[in-house]
Amino acid sequence: MQSSQTPPRANLAGWLYVAPLVLVLVPFFVAPILVVLAASFFATDGFGGLTPGFTLASYVEVLHSALTLKLYLATIKFTVLTWIFTLIIGFFVAYFLVFHVRNQLLAIGLFLLCTVPFWTSNIIRMISWIPLLGKEGLINQALLGMGVIRQPLEVLLFSDLAVVIAYVHQLTIFMIVPIFNSMARIDKKLIEAAIDAGASRFDIMRLIVVPMSKSGIALGTIFVVSIVMGDFFVVKVMSGGGSASVVSAFYEDVGVLQYPTAAASAVLLTLVLVAIVSLILRTVDIRQEITR
Amino acid sequence: MKSDRGDIELAGVCKSFDGATYVVDGVNLKIADGAYCCFIGPSGCGKTTILRMIAGHDDPTAGEIVIGGQNVVGLAPVQRRTAMMFQSYALFPHLTVRENIAFALRVRGQSKSDRLRAADAMIEKVRLTQFADRLPAQLSGGQQQRVALARAAITEPRVLLLDEPLSALDEQLRVQMRQELRRMQQELGITFIHVTHTQLEAIALADLVVVMEQGRIKQAGPARDVYAHPHDRYVAEFMGGQNVLSGRVEKVNGASFTLAQAAPEGIEVPLRPRSAVSVGDKVDIAVRRDDVALVRPGRDLPPGCTTSLPSRVLAIEYQGYFVKVMLDTVPDDEFVAYVPEKTFFADPFAVGDVVMATWATGSALPLA
Repeated sequence: MQSSQTPPRANLAGWLYVAPLVLVLVPFFVAPILVVLAASFFATDGFGGLTPGFTLASYVEVLHSALTLKLYLATIKFTVLTWIFTLIIGFFVAYFLVFHVRNQLLAIGLFLLCTVPFWTSNIIRMISWIPLLGKEGLINQALLGMGVIRQPLEVLLFSDLAVVIAYVHQLTIFMIVPIFNSMARIDKKLIEAAIDAGASRFDIMRLIVVPMSKSGIALGTIFVVSIVMGDFFVVKVMSGGGSASVVSAFYEDVGVLQYPTAAASAVLLTLVLVAIVSLILRTVDIRQEITR
Repeated sequence: MKSDRGDIELAGVCKSFDGATYVVDGVNLKIADGAYCCFIGPSGCGKTTILRMIAGHDDPTAGEIVIGGQNVVGLAPVQRRTAMMFQSYALFPHLTVRENIAFALRVRGQSKSDRLRAADAMIEKVRLTQFADRLPAQLSGGQQQRVALARAAITEPRVLLLDEPLSALDEQLRVQMRQELRRMQQELGITFIHVTHTQLEAIALADLVVVMEQGRIKQAGPARDVYAHPHDRYVAEFMGGQNVLSGRVEKVNGASFTLAQAAPEGIEVPLRPRSAVSVGDKVDIAVRRDDVALVRPGRDLPPGCTTSLPSRVLAIEYQGYFVKVMLDTVPDDEFVAYVPEKTFFADPFAVGDVVMATWATGSALPLA
């Protein structure tokens, strides 16, 4: 239908439908992004004062810094590791819930059980790793007791390993939910038809379940990747300050009042994330998969 | 896998899902190699469960399933060399027609070129060549059904199992696909077992019709036997085309007996060979709807007719080559006459007319 033929009344109704979302998105999403974008082009006096104008100095600084590359590599390492583990765990948890738990009530109960860690705050969840992973923690105690090691393992806490463990702990649910959702829509008859054709368990997984869970995997990936890439808190706490991420760098910048460089880093990160997400969306047509 | 024969024997097959109620309750049946067998019955009668047990998707609680002389209970579908065509087809939505059909060959480890060649040959057989690269969602119901058939047939099974294969199609397509099924069965020369709840479908297709009720076989035999000579009231009513009347035996006279009914002289019914009734027994009889003739009161009965029941016309439905006349002949049961169109319109009745319903004495059939 052409807009010129749309009666004004229908037009108004259309605007009313989108109004609530617009009212939320404009002040809380579009406006802050524009502010950050503007700030990234401003000059600074070094003490928090901003001079409105247009300079690429902040971008030049960020892009020229060797630290930027290092931080991106570190962040991407965390992202990839977290993604792999959340994907594997999330996929199999969802698979188990959908295909092996016959009782639907039990499946929903187990599903809710997956959300139990989220009933408490992020900080408490991270702190709770300390008694487990710490120098005097359960794992070290157990290994020492069994005589497997002589010295407590230092690598368990305040290390990259600890960062990845915390991320996986926090984010696996973001994989489980969308994958569970797309798997639940797979007709069980398809599995039977595959068995009838002589497919093994592995064939069914490879040829039916994985391809048909693609949209869930893609959605989960978007959640996990964008959360890990946009995070600094977990890195800071779980690495004990030993590691940093892209966001921790511009958090530091903000701390020392270097607003334009912080803003430029933020814009850069946003662009990188947009690129990653659009790459994911190009490989999986989520829209089509969801409406299927 | 020793034998290529697709003859099936069910011996004392039972199935219970909860340990208390039996969905299939002691079924014994022999199906010849290369036969077209239809299981028919209302939903919940256990016909689909039998199919799934033959296919290897459910295990019988008791009994044996023998295919080609080998007990297959506990074997996987592949080892049984059966293939199933699922109700609503269960085509893989993310695979093209060609990939769907080649699927079984793919999981058997056939090379890509081999399996695609075999799939293309099968696609041609079911006349889908121009749709080979489409996804199932882009096909019509009839085309999807042909894909499902091709996908099941590609492994050259010795038994093909079809779970209500035509129920998702509209009436016209159903008749067309029915012929196609029969053609495929003759072409492949293998045993087909077809589950349906449509009587017409069963008698049009099957060499062997199996009528089921509540987990048991009520009657199994050639289509004409089951339709024209139902064993009991259930089969007669389920297969349709029959009027079922019941009454008490008034007197037995040699090869026939007389059933007390509304008519003063009663209904004369020939005895079935090797069966006996005694006076006072409650007996059901069946009279084919197309054997019933309607005569205006006072006119002569057609030759061979000894019974005539006065009835009022309740309703009339024009069916094309015949006219369906519904009568109040018997108080509790429906009584219908299928009158040939030309006969009816030579002297048409109206609703409310009183007529005499009559039939040749020999065509009344006592039921068990």
